[in-house]
Amino acid sequence: MSAPTLAPEADRAAREARQAVAGEGLRTTRRRRHRRRLLVTVVLVVLAAALCVTALMLGDFRLSAGEVLRTLAGADQGAARFIVVELRLPRLVLGVLVGVAFGLAGALFQSVLRNPLASPDVIGISQGASTGAVVALLAVGATSGYVVPLSALAGGALVGLLLYAVAWRGGMTGHRFVLAGIGVAYVCTSVIGYLLTRNDVKEAQVALLWMTGSLGQADWALVRTLAVAVAVLVPLVACVARGLSLLMLGDEQAGSLGLRPEVTRACVVALGVALACVATAAAGPVAFVALTAAPVARRLLGDGTLALVQSALVGVVLVVGADVVAQHLLPADLAVPVGVVTGAVGGPYLIWLMASGRARTA
Amino acid sequence: MSLVAERPTDLRTITDRLPAEALQHHEPVSLVARGVHLAYDQRTVVHGVDLAVPAGAVTVIVGANGCGKSTLLRGLGRILKPTAGSVELGGQDLQRMRPRDVASVLGLLPQQPVAPEGITVADLVGRGRHPHQGAFRRWSAADADAVAVALALTDTHELAGRRVEELSGGQRQRVWVAMMLAQDPSIMLLDEPTTYLDIAHQVDVLDLLAELNEERGTTVVMVLHELNLAARYADHLVVMCEGRVLREGAPGEVLDADCVQEAFGLTARVVPDPVTGSPLVVPVGRRGARVVDVADDEAASM
Ligand SMILES: Nc1ncnc2c1ncn2[C@@H]1O[C@H](COP(=O)(O)OP(=O)(O)OP(=O)(O)O)[C@@H](O)[C@H]1O
Ligand SMILES: [Mg+2]
Repeated sequence: MSAPTLAPEADRAAREARQAVAGEGLRTTRRRRHRRRLLVTVVLVVLAAALCVTALMLGDFRLSAGEVLRTLAGADQGAARFIVVELRLPRLVLGVLVGVAFGLAGALFQSVLRNPLASPDVIGISQGASTGAVVALLAVGATSGYVVPLSALAGGALVGLLLYAVAWRGGMTGHRFVLAGIGVAYVCTSVIGYLLTRNDVKEAQVALLWMTGSLGQADWALVRTLAVAVAVLVPLVACVARGLSLLMLGDEQAGSLGLRPEVTRACVVALGVALACVATAAAGPVAFVALTAAPVARRLLGDGTLALVQSALVGVVLVVGADVVAQHLLPADLAVPVGVVTGAVGGPYLIWLMASGRARTA
Repeated sequence: MSLVAERPTDLRTITDRLPAEALQHHEPVSLVARGVHLAYDQRTVVHGVDLAVPAGAVTVIVGANGCGKSTLLRGLGRILKPTAGSVELGGQDLQRMRPRDVASVLGLLPQQPVAPEGITVADLVGRGRHPHQGAFRRWSAADADAVAVALALTDTHELAGRRVEELSGGQRQRVWVAMMLAQDPSIMLLDEPTTYLDIAHQVDVLDLLAELNEERGTTVVMVLHELNLAARYADHLVVMCEGRVLREGAPGEVLDADCVQEAFGLTARVVPDPVTGSPLVVPVGRRGARVVDVADDEAASM
């Protein structure tokens, strides 16, 4: 079949040389990528750790970094121990878990829908979860520990199913799908608003929690529930990560590489919904964390991979950082909920996203 | 470098330059479509195609735009489930096999593949290795070798570190072919692997596929639009028309003026190719007659 090779020796030598170049290029590319990855991850971890220590230091009773670290290491510090472990740590751990959950949820949704705007807090999943929680609290009057999170899960899942059945199945993609989701989010927000006014909620904190997201309600019981949920979900995310990175090649290509695209997609969406819902059930729909975490992480890495670990770390930095700002840097009589600060950061981010044209490709 | 240095230098086959893991000759595996109907939603696009892909040969599918070539390829590649009939791979119903088992034998390069934003050529081609990696077995030296060979064979060796979105259409197309080579299936389904390529690279890619077929027994099934290249490279030519197989067989027997007229609605002369003797389709078109008969008038009017 093949045309006769006129100069086999020269041809062969040329191919060998090419192969050597290819091998070298591969090694260099891989090495460069690993180095960048390591650097970004280390920087994010250090930043997150520094913010965590800062969060434990600040407050009415200031502690030094040394005191905080000694207390965490288990040294008995009396009053310091009470302040750190009982007062400040639950809020911090809640922030960390919420950051991880929203960061991952955003990364999953944005990848599987191939759209940087399609994060759970934009397309209404978080608002659905929030509505579920508020319905359980106010309309049904639930108080037990698990009813509220489960109801939040149901609310978020309902929105997910609705979007899937109506918009996605109907062939909506890209911006039209996102806009449909934004519509759902608004409906959910108005339902929350209605319930809050109907039930004559006096405490602004409660309203703010379910409208914008807050860490103020943290205690160890809440943290423990969320920790269990995150500990179950994160390993599952690790399991689907490889399939998801193939899915980024499109259904045909992924299918021909041995994946069941529909199954993988369903798993990814289910995990994204679950993560967004458990985080929302614990802290409300903390605005923009899920939207910003993954794109920032991917920009930092710049290698076209999923960047799940880095997205989770960026999520932690965002939530904990925003909470430090909200609690300690902003002058306020009433504690500013974390969602207000993340929203203030997220708005400009959205403008930048639009202006830089990164959303256009979706 | 190490790949080639330790091999004997007197052999000049591709196989010689492939790393050990990829060295085996591909076993011929049968791929048979039996009365396959394929549909999108409710609209049937392929109507009862019977096709036995000759194992170890090059099959080329041609036909007019929208006649269902890509759809048939998706059916053969397990991407689309037949609404009636079945596709059998090595005697087994394709739909009943595990996707990963299929992927290690059968690869499909779609007409319009999608690259994730920001991915490098090295990473993209590396993803072709997925069917060879177990659930826990990660990147290995054999994978790296296979990718290097694939890049070298497709003349994309200098692009390893580049982002796919920054490449020209033709470079990108060759990267996709490289990904298929890295996957190294014994049956390759390629949907228009030569689009965007300049004439030299078209011939390069087709030569490469022909060599793989000849030296390693890879079964190649591809959709091509260029009838003359199709006739030259095909052992088995399949002409499709409106979701059915119009004719199939050796190019010399299948491709004649009637066939071109029926499949494409194009008046053409078919003459022997001066290089290979395979059929050469020379379109007459609407302007063809004028060019020959009234060349003077034409020159005057322009
Ligand atoms: N994903 C899809 N959803 C719905 N209809 C489709 C889809 N893909 C193709 N079709 C329709 O199926 C028919 C056959 O399409 P197909 O892509 O198989 O044609 P083709 O022979 O590959 O054409 P081309 O030469 O232009 O690539 C066309 O009428 C097309 O509109
Ligand atoms: Mg096609």
